[in-house]
Amino acid sequence: MERPNLDYIKEISGGNEEFEKRFLTIIQKEFPKEKNEYMTQIDGDNLEQSATIVHKIKHKLGILGLHEGYRLAIKYEEDLKYGDTKLKEEFQEILTSVEEFISNIA
Amino acid sequence: MKSIIVDDEASARMIVAEFCKGVPNLEVLHEFPNALEALKYIRDHHVDLIFLDIHMPKLTGIDFIETLQNPPKIVLTTSDKNFAIEAYQYPFIVDYLVKPISRERFEKCMTKLEMAFTTSEETPNISKQENSEEDLYINIDRRLIKLKFSDILLIEAKGDYIEILTLQKRFRVHSTLKKIKDKLPTSRFLQIHRSYIINFTQIIDIQDNSVLIEKSVIPISRSNRPELMQRLNLL
Repeated sequence: MERPNLDYIKEISGGNEEFEKRFLTIIQKEFPKEKNEYMTQIDGDNLEQSATIVHKIKHKLGILGLHEGYRLAIKYEEDLKYGDTKLKEEFQEILTSVEEFISNIA
Repeated sequence: MKSIIVDDEASARMIVAEFCKGVPNLEVLHEFPNALEALKYIRDHHVDLIFLDIHMPKLTGIDFIETLQNPPKIVLTTSDKNFAIEAYQYPFIVDYLVKPISRERFEKCMTKLEMAFTTSEETPNISKQENSEEDLYINIDRRLIKLKFSDILLIEAKGDYIEILTLQKRFRVHSTLKKIKDKLPTSRFLQIHRSYIINFTQIIDIQDNSVLIEKSVIPISRSNRPELMQRLNLL
């Protein structure tokens, strides 16, 4: 399974460590909120709302270099709009891996 | 160039703002987490450019665009590729950036913007009336003549000039097809050949590789034919 990384963040920062720190702080704030919102919606079987949150999370996956995760999120978002949740478990694994990654970076 | 960034994700706003820092003459005046706040701001402040997210709660980027009376240039930033076709129906949308945006792609966008602003400044002869989606003013011998979009049948390129054929008469204007194309609503007009833009609501019939409009037979180029066929309400 692919792992999150900071390649994209380093590319946009152009070596500016101050920017990297500030940016990661924002990701550390935004991601847990989005994940919790997703969990609330999916647990409540609100699939349309879940798709909306997956759309946002998808961007974070791209930022953290999860190319396969990004593609899966695109598919999952579309599936949810049609009431299909078969990618739920795989998406959950990605969320867990991102959560672990961002909680371990300083 | 004064710009604002509208996106409900702080991380997305930060990326665009960081990219903008490296662009000469581009100033980010403000960032907004929602379109409503941005709307209030642009009522009182002049803005040349908006970096706009599409998917936002309450008011989406597309809803926001629809409310603008005199829109500045807009660059859409989104994680959704599906809106690209819809987005380009608005002539003031200059580019469509899919998130996460790479620095290289952003730089290309800046080149496009530069060209878009240059083109706008160089087009004094043809101007779309402010607050109107219905008509176009053309400059003939220092006189501004109003043409209703619905009256225009077709436009033909003729060297340094274009000829605009309307229901009433034919006008010759010093301009190019590209310039006028940017001023025409895509809901009605389509370029079907390198020398012709047609009002496809005025088509009488299509035969082989040509269309009949009023009494004019206009060729359809092979590359433009699929788009024309897509626009038609075929039985």
